[in-house]
Amino acid sequence: MRKSWWKIVCVVLLVYAIVGGLLLPVPALRQLQETIRNLYYHVCMWFAMMILFTTSVVYSIKHLRTLNYKYDIYAREFAAVGLVLGLLGYSTGAIWASYTWADPNNPAYASFGSIVREPKLIGAAMAILIYFAYFVLRSSITDIDKRARVSAVYNVFAYAMLFPSIWIVPRLLPSLHPGQEGNPALNFNDIDARMRMVFYPAIIGWTLIGVWISILKIRLTILKEKSWLHA
Amino acid sequence: MHKISKFLVLGLTASLLFLQVFAQEQSGQVEMADGMRQSGKIYVVIAVILTILAGLIFYLVRLDRKITRLEKDNE
Repeated sequence: MRKSWWKIVCVVLLVYAIVGGLLLPVPALRQLQETIRNLYYHVCMWFAMMILFTTSVVYSIKHLRTLNYKYDIYAREFAAVGLVLGLLGYSTGAIWASYTWADPNNPAYASFGSIVREPKLIGAAMAILIYFAYFVLRSSITDIDKRARVSAVYNVFAYAMLFPSIWIVPRLLPSLHPGQEGNPALNFNDIDARMRMVFYPAIIGWTLIGVWISILKIRLTILKEKSWLHA
Repeated sequence: MHKISKFLVLGLTASLLFLQVFAQEQSGQVEMADGMRQSGKIYVVIAVILTILAGLIFYLVRLDRKITRLEKDNE
């Protein structure tokens, strides 16, 4: 194993996020009740995805500046793990929403029509599909240099599209998702001080495990392509 | 006409149900699952999740070691 200290930090923070996240007190909210603890898991998936996508686009730009093939591998693997975290965020959000504000079978909750029109869900789905297209684009180009360059340019556009689709447009439209008036979970009026004690370490922990998996994938890809990478 | 009245009845029932739930929840404290914590059974859940996490981390560490060995062999 290499450079293990941050991997230990990652494990410690994740254990803390689970033990503290389930045991420490949370504010009693009328609709969310104990499900507010999902903040430590569902929201962290999105944060980790955002950080990994940012890392990916940085390496894409680095690739465009230097045309070093190594950076293309970095960009690809960070985006892949970010996409996995995004899908986890989406599915955990679907579970959470169906028990708190979007159960079509519960007449007290919002109607199915308003769920389908929910801008946060549509925006997140768009963002995930845009990143799927990144991988489709990659695999459709056989020339390695061209693939690296074209997908690096596309990655910059995909990253630029993240902002309207998950940050801007959902804030302009009425939504059932909590934290509509500002940045969900970051706003100091939204989140209890007791919860921040677990929430921020949890973000770091989940992000680090994403980085760990990405780095393993990068090292494996470099090993596989070593024969001609240094040729 | 028939359809509209059907929707009206449905909507009225839905809003009445909603009001009832709302009234219940407005009266007094929010009911949290405190009993689960008092009985100590929440620790079982934590044990299960920690076991899963430990398994995943163990798997990642082994993968990491394997890749490191491969890298050394390749040098």
